[in-house]
Amino acid sequence: MSELAVRPATIEDLKEFEGKGTLLSWLSTCDHKQIGILYLITALGFFLVAGCEALVMRLQLAVPNNHLFGPEVYNELFTLHGTTMIFLVVVPTLLGLSVYLVPLMIGARDMAFPRLNALAYWLLLFGGIFLYSSILFGNAPDMGWFSYAPLSEKPYSALGGVDFWALGLFAIGIGTISTGINLIVTVFALRAPGMTMKRLPLFTWMAMVNSFLIVFALPALNAALAMLLIDRGLHARFFTADAGGSPILWQHFFWSFGHPEVYIMVLPAFGIISEVIPVFSRKPIFGYGFVAASTVAIGMLSFAVWAHHMFAVGMGHAMDIFFAFGSMLIAVPTGIKVFNWVFTMWGGSIRYTTAMKFATAFLIEFTIGGLSGVIFAVVPMDWQLTDTYVVVAHIHYVLFGGTMFAVFAGLYYWWPKFTGRLLNERLGAWHFWTTVIGFNATFFVQHMLGIAGMTRRVWTYPNLPGWAVMNMISTIGAFVLGASTFFLLWNFVWSRKNGQVAGNNPWEAWTLEWATSSPPPIYNFAQIPPVHGARPLWDLHHPDKQDRFMDK
Amino acid sequence: MAIYRMVAESARPGADAFPVFDPHSPYAHSIASLAHGVLYVCLGILLIVTGLVAFSLRRFREKPGNEEGRLIYGNTKLEIGYTAAFVVILGVISIFSLRAMSSSDPQTHLPKNANNVLIVAHQWWWEVHYPASGVVTANEIHIPVHEPLRFGFRSADVIHDFWVPELGRKMDVIPGVENHSWIAADNPGTYYGACAEFCGKEHAWMRIRVIGQSPADFARWQQQQLTVPAPPTAAPAMQGAEYFQMLACPSCHTIGGTPAHGIVGPNLTHVASRETLAAGRLENTPDNLEHWLREPDLIKPGSYMPNLHLPREQLQALTAYLETLK
Repeated sequence: MSELAVRPATIEDLKEFEGKGTLLSWLSTCDHKQIGILYLITALGFFLVAGCEALVMRLQLAVPNNHLFGPEVYNELFTLHGTTMIFLVVVPTLLGLSVYLVPLMIGARDMAFPRLNALAYWLLLFGGIFLYSSILFGNAPDMGWFSYAPLSEKPYSALGGVDFWALGLFAIGIGTISTGINLIVTVFALRAPGMTMKRLPLFTWMAMVNSFLIVFALPALNAALAMLLIDRGLHARFFTADAGGSPILWQHFFWSFGHPEVYIMVLPAFGIISEVIPVFSRKPIFGYGFVAASTVAIGMLSFAVWAHHMFAVGMGHAMDIFFAFGSMLIAVPTGIKVFNWVFTMWGGSIRYTTAMKFATAFLIEFTIGGLSGVIFAVVPMDWQLTDTYVVVAHIHYVLFGGTMFAVFAGLYYWWPKFTGRLLNERLGAWHFWTTVIGFNATFFVQHMLGIAGMTRRVWTYPNLPGWAVMNMISTIGAFVLGASTFFLLWNFVWSRKNGQVAGNNPWEAWTLEWATSSPPPIYNFAQIPPVHGARPLWDLHHPDKQDRFMDK
Repeated sequence: MAIYRMVAESARPGADAFPVFDPHSPYAHSIASLAHGVLYVCLGILLIVTGLVAFSLRRFREKPGNEEGRLIYGNTKLEIGYTAAFVVILGVISIFSLRAMSSSDPQTHLPKNANNVLIVAHQWWWEVHYPASGVVTANEIHIPVHEPLRFGFRSADVIHDFWVPELGRKMDVIPGVENHSWIAADNPGTYYGACAEFCGKEHAWMRIRVIGQSPADFARWQQQQLTVPAPPTAAPAMQGAEYFQMLACPSCHTIGGTPAHGIVGPNLTHVASRETLAAGRLENTPDNLEHWLREPDLIKPGSYMPNLHLPREQLQALTAYLETLK
């Protein structure tokens, strides 16, 4: 250990580090770790904003025929909530973790293109600020995050909200594509000697596959956004029904980006789980090959499923069947992953830390979301349930119960690496249980609301049988979930002052980011560590034994 | 399941709490029985995963002296096994799904104008045509029971979606495209539905009622809809009829037997025979009607029905007139 690692940070080092970050250093940085932290802080800020938007919506929906505010405000809220959570919270969080961790995990000193890395972050931040500046002009977008034409066209959305939305996302999209390219080149070109593709940590595998998805999917959105802006500003007719345009074309463009985007929002989360569960089960991942290969399968199949968002369009049965088949197929590699994670715990010596709590809860919540996803690949069930609250429940089980639970697991796991201090496990337990209870209370009942016939995106609803009770349960749950965030924030603040000093490797983990000090020095590693297997630090601790990964 | 029952019991008598699982047409029925099967398969898989996670957390917790887990790198046979199991399960679901597709959404090659009912969706109400008889109404669709009916869908503006869960699949209503679907009702009764595709401000108040009737009742209703109501002969309805023609009303609304031929808003020839106002927003009572005429912008914010700021006397006269349009 000692010959390769940087000296573990002491409390004095941390004090010095904590006082150091001048504003200028953050504004001018090209260091992947600082940029990663900037992504995470930005995402946290937008998470609080979009979370508040959700709470206000749930207040409006708490009782039937509610007139707390009108449809204008509600439609702006749900448009901003969806757009923010997807483009300004989930994707930046995962990109931030990738940008911070991938170079460390492969034994590199930085990303391949550090300045491009910084540019991508600033595009994201200013794209987000631009989107929100629409509120100052009284023109917040109100046509939904999917912005279906012709509702998003000039005759039906005359004000500038759609333009703010499209231009903001355009800038964010350019940034995201840049980071995708950057991560691919980094993984391909900057791996430490001995770090073969078969020894890549699974988080890095998934961040890389994810980057390919970004590079292939995001341009479709940006092209469609450009066409929409041309329609609106220059009176073209790409997406209107007259003069040869087609509103359905927008849906094809949007979802051919939009469904890969769903996997863009979940693959790095799979990566987090693939790191956290083995470390806290004290076992190597069960079936490294299957987990990595199934990621590639998901990546490829994700481009053949988009029109399952469009089964109600009336595309004809042949099209419906093709995309139903693709969506069924993609459930196979996803199912493989879940069982590989479960069998990683099997026979382990499980340390039930907060990170592990979130990871195990992920397994169950994500399975619920995955199964309700299969329901939407069953075309006749989709004909009934699409655009109802079952979809709202489904996406939140996948993106909150899935991705956000994984992100929480990852935060508790890597926070000591980022800051040099551990988070508080007691506060972590509070955070975990309020999150689990609040989340399930909010969203489980929404499956039933959908089956009860409640459609999505309604600002109020009539008092039909059962609707009032179920909506009230959902609203109460949402406020419990909102409260859970306070425990997380409190934990962050507490840890910065009082957290136990972590040392290089508090969890006895095996990947290279734990071979250096916490937080790592600007150059990451004093010496590039030797890599002989998929678990370099395990090899160092067990010089007499051979990790089976070494031979592969 | 317990919550399901609790909610179902809190339901109003006669109305179904979970219409998706309470089909009233052969089309909806084949979807509901498929849905039951798929739901049990999903619950089974969820139980297996939850069971394995819970068991592992109990059985394989860290114990003193046993800090490391066993060195298991995988089990190719087991992994291939569950991969194959997923393929088989999804394959079986797919086969049943294909069968239900053709039974719930029959593919027919009827000519374009062979619709029993033609729906034209507007922001934010439904225009309903019966091409054979020439009846035109809005938001409430009367149909004879036990008769497969082909519905055609057109949009006057943006994308909408026609959905009545007890009677069948939902179908998008797209400008520039004419979609079709089949609807039938097994029993007389009222079936609730709504627009399912976000279509702008008042998407929430674009509700549908389908009223299933015995063939005799339906014929009677149709006859009544074809009869133009006699002009009112008593005050204040007579004044109301005059105000209607004098004010802005005819530029948007049609009333049969009068010069009013607007096509922007619902046809009001038989407005008093309908159950609701403003696409399901209000029960159709004289008080509600007057309230609606007085402040449509507060009752259904965003609606294209303007607030004409009419004096009380005109409101009452108009209400009295519209109430005669049975």
